[in-house]
Amino acid sequence: MTTTIRPQKPWQASPSQRLISASVLALSVAASFLIVALTPMKGKLAYFVVFFLAFALLDFIFHFASRGLSAAKDSLARAVIVLGIALGVFPIISILATVFVRGYKGLHWGLFTHDMKLNSVSDPIGQGGLLHALTGTTLLVLVALIISVPLGILTAVYMTEVRGRFLKPIKFLVQAMSGVPSIVAGLFILSSIVYTVTKSYSGFVGSLALSILMIPTVARTSEEVLLLIPNDLREAGTALGGTQWRTVAMVVVPAARSGLVTAMILGVARIAGETAPIILLTGGGDSVNANPFHGPMGSLPFYIWKSYAVGTPESITRAWAGIFVLLTIVLILFISARILSGRKASK
Amino acid sequence: MSQVDEQENSSHDGARSELTSSLAKLANSHAPSTSLGSRAVGIGLEARGIHAWYGDHLVLEDVSLDFWSGTVTALIGPSGCGKSTFIRTLNRMHEFIPGAAMAGQVLLDGEDVYAPGVDVTKIRLKIGMVFQKPNPFPSMTISENVLAGLKLAQIKTENKDDLLEECLERAGLWTEVKDRLGAYGGSLSGGQQQRLCIARSLAVRPEVLLMDEPCSSLDPGSTLKVEETIAHLATSMAVIIVTHNMQQAARVSDYTAFFLSDGGPGKMVEVGPTGEIFSRPKDKRTENYVTGRFG
Repeated sequence: MTTTIRPQKPWQASPSQRLISASVLALSVAASFLIVALTPMKGKLAYFVVFFLAFALLDFIFHFASRGLSAAKDSLARAVIVLGIALGVFPIISILATVFVRGYKGLHWGLFTHDMKLNSVSDPIGQGGLLHALTGTTLLVLVALIISVPLGILTAVYMTEVRGRFLKPIKFLVQAMSGVPSIVAGLFILSSIVYTVTKSYSGFVGSLALSILMIPTVARTSEEVLLLIPNDLREAGTALGGTQWRTVAMVVVPAARSGLVTAMILGVARIAGETAPIILLTGGGDSVNANPFHGPMGSLPFYIWKSYAVGTPESITRAWAGIFVLLTIVLILFISARILSGRKASK
Repeated sequence: MSQVDEQENSSHDGARSELTSSLAKLANSHAPSTSLGSRAVGIGLEARGIHAWYGDHLVLEDVSLDFWSGTVTALIGPSGCGKSTFIRTLNRMHEFIPGAAMAGQVLLDGEDVYAPGVDVTKIRLKIGMVFQKPNPFPSMTISENVLAGLKLAQIKTENKDDLLEECLERAGLWTEVKDRLGAYGGSLSGGQQQRLCIARSLAVRPEVLLMDEPCSSLDPGSTLKVEETIAHLATSMAVIIVTHNMQQAARVSDYTAFFLSDGGPGKMVEVGPTGEIFSRPKDKRTENYVTGRFG
């Protein structure tokens, strides 16, 4: 009879080590309850702080006793890193959870088929909807996309391929622009276009302000993507008798295609939730308006802002439902950007 | 030549002559050993007094070389002696490097490729190039890769399928890829990718093909295939190949030029029929290099 050799993992923690780890954890929890009960400290934060300190200390002592000082330091560093992650991730999870818990009460299918033309935000939840806000946000983003993506990608092409005389000032400008507060973009369009040219609110002027915010995002992300394209390909294209423009258009940009799509999606995610310029410029109508060049146009951020400001229980629930829908859209965009760029990496 | 060198030379004499003769045998097995350019059809490309700089740094000094259609010329020499820089001046790829400068003349069919008013893209159509690392266009299929030059240079062709087959055939890749022309170029092995790049540069029908260490990232089997391809190509065009592999130079080339830098700019030490360079080099430095004494 032959003995078969089974796969083993000798580097894994043994049951007794796991028991000790678990008891360290349990001791820390017990310590946190005990200390909070015996001292004047109160609240969730106190439990968390005491638990963390107790865990770090006990873990340190245990590792020091069993494996010496360097192992103990290692475990302490790990505890601090885990604390950092917890502090970073907790607010995000908290936001998502709050939006879900408060938002789902306001969800119903009518949201996607009705607008608020005949309803006020204080009406019962089942009435009215945010179709006007959804179409408005979609159109605003679409128009901004049409303006920003060509300009952003061309800027990136200038920065990576043409590299002309204005390379440095343009790089600086793009970086500075990506820090422009959205209200400034809104006020700029208000004073330069709305007061002087159009004299009225419309979706289009809102899209112009959003483009100011979106172009730097698209340009910077596209620049990074184009810089990843190996120089070999540019040389190969030129050595085959292509002009620089044809090499860029036929070889470099197609090679960066999925990355450029990611840049586009990140740009959209950047502006989809922008509120300040929208409030200043679009007029925020309550009925569906499919013409971005004429008349007030609703949008999700505007709907949320307006509903929340009214302050009745129904209107506040509506606002949360709006946030829920907006966050879902942005999350879907981010996830699709991740999937697209991930597919590129695995190729 | 110093005293020490002389002594060393004599002590290694036996080994050297053996090595040299085997290389020379290899070289003579196919190269024209009788007169210069027995297969020559006429001068295709002439380099006259080429100098090249990167910034203020002179990297290549006064190289003059002729390349005949129907022959393979190998450029050998240690790293950093200016071989790659030299061939990049021939098809005007040198000017892509920021700070690059050059002096001298490159004549293609008697016309200066650096003359004012010359359309540089036309020059690069006539002088094709294969790079050290295989670089098929990742967004294109195999057939799109082969025909990419036509699209890039906006050349119209009647029968693309025939051209596709002809180029892949000449590059020795047709039988391997004829059933998957729609697959992406990146799905091929390294050696196949390099032959795809050769096919790609053939599609625009160049008169001269520059190859910058085309086999340095390939395994021996793929190298052999690429060498067969080179031998095949040389019946109709001038092939110039930079290589670090002296056996390869001996196997594929009709003429060999030896480049060397003594710490300063690279210079061409010697040029001649490959058989002579490997068996009876005129210059001591060439002899030391081809016998593997340095480099």
